[in-house]
Amino acid sequence: MTHKRLWTWLVLMVTAATLLAACGGAPAQTPPTAAPAAAATEAPAAATEAPAAATEAPAAATEAPAAAATEAPAAATAGGKLTILYWQSVTILNPHLASGTKDFDGATVILEPLAHRNDKDELVPALAEEIPTVENGGIAADGTSITWKLKQGVKWSDGSDFTADDVIFTWQYCADEATACTTSSYFTPVKSVEAIDPYTVKVTWNAPSANPYLTFVSYNGLILQKAQFEKCVGAASISDAACQAANLAPIGTNAYKLKDFKPGDTVLYDKNPEYRDAANTFFDEVEIKGGGDAASAAQAVCQTGEVDYSWNLQVPAAVLSPILESGQCDAVTASSSGIERIVVNFANPDPALGDKRSEPDQPHPFLTDPAVRQAINIAIDRKAIATNLYGPTGEATCNTVMAPAQVVSPNTKCDRDVEAAKKLLDDAGYVLNGSVREKNGIPLVVSFQTSINTLRQGEQAIIKSNLAEIGIQVNIKAIDAGVFFGGDTGNPDTLNKFYADLQMYTNSPSDTDPQGYFEGWTCAKVNSSANQWQGGNDGRYCSAEYDALFEQFSKELDPAKRNELAIALNDQIVKDNGIIPLINRFTPNAKAKTLDGPVGTTFDSGLWNIHTWKRVP
Amino acid sequence: MTQYILRRVLIAIPTILVISFVIFAILALAPGDPLAQFALNPAIPESTRERIRASLGLDQPWPVRYVKWVSSVSRGDWGISFNTKAPVLDLVWQRLPQTLQVVGLAYLIAILLAIPIGIISAVKQYSFFDQIGTIFSFIGFSVPSFFTGLVLILLFAVNLKWFPIVYKTVDGSGWAGFGEQIRQMFLPVTVLVVQQTAALTRFMRSSMLDNLSLDYVRTARAKGLKDQTVVLRHVLSNSLIPVVTLVALGIPTIFAGAIVTENLFRVNGLGALLITSIQNSDTPVVMALTFIFAILTVIFNLIADIMYGLLDPRVRFS
Repeated sequence: MTHKRLWTWLVLMVTAATLLAACGGAPAQTPPTAAPAAAATEAPAAATEAPAAATEAPAAATEAPAAAATEAPAAATAGGKLTILYWQSVTILNPHLASGTKDFDGATVILEPLAHRNDKDELVPALAEEIPTVENGGIAADGTSITWKLKQGVKWSDGSDFTADDVIFTWQYCADEATACTTSSYFTPVKSVEAIDPYTVKVTWNAPSANPYLTFVSYNGLILQKAQFEKCVGAASISDAACQAANLAPIGTNAYKLKDFKPGDTVLYDKNPEYRDAANTFFDEVEIKGGGDAASAAQAVCQTGEVDYSWNLQVPAAVLSPILESGQCDAVTASSSGIERIVVNFANPDPALGDKRSEPDQPHPFLTDPAVRQAINIAIDRKAIATNLYGPTGEATCNTVMAPAQVVSPNTKCDRDVEAAKKLLDDAGYVLNGSVREKNGIPLVVSFQTSINTLRQGEQAIIKSNLAEIGIQVNIKAIDAGVFFGGDTGNPDTLNKFYADLQMYTNSPSDTDPQGYFEGWTCAKVNSSANQWQGGNDGRYCSAEYDALFEQFSKELDPAKRNELAIALNDQIVKDNGIIPLINRFTPNAKAKTLDGPVGTTFDSGLWNIHTWKRVP
Repeated sequence: MTQYILRRVLIAIPTILVISFVIFAILALAPGDPLAQFALNPAIPESTRERIRASLGLDQPWPVRYVKWVSSVSRGDWGISFNTKAPVLDLVWQRLPQTLQVVGLAYLIAILLAIPIGIISAVKQYSFFDQIGTIFSFIGFSVPSFFTGLVLILLFAVNLKWFPIVYKTVDGSGWAGFGEQIRQMFLPVTVLVVQQTAALTRFMRSSMLDNLSLDYVRTARAKGLKDQTVVLRHVLSNSLIPVVTLVALGIPTIFAGAIVTENLFRVNGLGALLITSIQNSDTPVVMALTFIFAILTVIFNLIADIMYGLLDPRVRFS
């Protein structure tokens, strides 16, 4: 009897093994059988998606073209569900209390600002009737105020009217410090917001402003409904139970309204019947699913076709390129989503200095020498970094700003020239001692820190070998991103303290007006123990020329002259090698070929025009 | 017996308090900032971030925060999440069903598979079946779930397109919803089953082998009992005692979710919640979850001990 059982099991195992082998072999055979002709005939089988036997494997593999073909007729008619995948998940829908970009995006589907910024960084009216300018009298010539005309007849999704009161309320909500708005810096320069009539609001600034479109624009300026949030100003914004509920379910004016929200997981929206152009809203439902990782989010759009749109695919080129090339999707990129740069420490980070380490009054022994900085700059192989590591997600650059287009400098150059770099160091008196150069007994050995990230460690390796060629030894250090970017003043490894010679990260202006960004290189902002390393100028770069230019820039109100000065500021810092720009990064989003509408934006949410998105054949 | 249980419960209270203190201290001392995403954003300067931290109560020293936390938890208030700015318990309740469905089902299947495989492997030690079983359980042991998960995704989702890679919280109404639910649960459940079956099978097998060589088995056979009766009635019931304990001790891990697997397949369970909360330094959520796990572990330890006594009359509580 025992022998009989043994045989039964043996037979079973052999059958199982055969089946497994058949399954395993299937994907390898599929490509040749996936002929276009087969796709049409096998469509019904594929549509049922029966996970049946191994023999069906070829049919299932042809499903992609078949699915596209069957969806084609349906594409003409509106309706259905738009599926969006984020690898970070939306956790709150009140944008002013957001804790990340994903929250702003989730709110943008429901709420609207007065104006959005499109893919060319131009303003597009949303709740505003038109964009105020100096010419149409909307902007005071002395820069003290801006007057917005609002669209009339706009209704909130609960049926009530949108008026100037809601705009004023949004300012009051965030102007109250106790509300602790994430967006508060967009509201603090405002002195007052008044309603001239129910459909006209006048924003008056504390001081003449060169950037009149700061407030109520893009995802930072989404308008809240006064009736819903009236009692939520101040500390009640997060402590009151009704306000907690409102933060997760804001009433909005956009094409979609909230249907269901599972914080940290899924947001489900449906059509807002009160929307001013509801007849042209394409989808019945929109879903934003969150979680997982960026690489499989790309696969879900480009390979399995489960979702229509996927956000922020920060994936190494070697992984991303084959996924994007599968033919079911398009990459959507903005002109710039940040500049990867090396920051040079002008202060001495030598641990022997103790408390004086990296303080601005301790000049760096050799990085303060312009020749060394320039040699590093031209020794780095930006092209190798761009093509090998970034691929479709970045390109080499010498500038600190790459968007908006009008402040991008055409004057900078940083071509690789190893011989010139060597000559610079020779002329400056750094002579080779073995493989490392030295001067006055100080060897050119630098520590180079960045966050832990596959891409960044790849960059560190390339830069290390580039600098070894010119006789500079690089000691690499990688720090957990939470620590490196975190604001913990007790930790020595933050980028703010910068206890190293070089460090690398990505940053960019947060607004089309780069004033706040350029302020980060002025002497007044130099990080030190006195300001708890929170100044913003982590490299301790300090130049009288740069400060004079910045002073001029911050006082200038004329847009054309401001752009010229912004370019001059960029050129100054690049010429001084205060930072060494490396890569202009694009964080591509991916969209299914059957989806029309998504465009790359730098200064607004990627979902800013979701009311126009539709399915196409 | 009652006295024993009472004593164990009383000992558990300080244990749980110490656990909560240690976790809170680690979280407070570990580097990290709930606003780290905005660290470089010039539009969100340090002053704004400081104000947000103050609004979340993070401006106070951590021992003070711990005392506040204990006193509010004792009143049943688990605090608000830094990310959702809404009560933590709401989040936990939203996530629990998915974890129970996916991780709980996988555990159940693993038990149902492991016990028979373990029995057969032991009875037919060194047979072909035993060898195959051993190979598979070592594969299950040694291959990490993120690897099995990725292989399954590549094979069944990307190439064959039988199963989705994005787990969605479907409404599950009607047969279509049920079918969709089964389809999206298939891959994560498989990954977990492979892993859990492996461990339980080995345990079941060795426990059976221990008993098979004992004198009472020889006596039973000598009495002329059928092979089946000896194995299933006498050996099995004795071998199950340690396995039942192991299964009981494993139940809290269901509630802990399967961090890697849930994250890989985007199952919005407790494991995924825990890991994203740790990444975002969302202390109240991490505290609530770990605290619940600690309580469950203590409770199931007690249950396992009691069950051991019930199943094995030789064990007496004193």
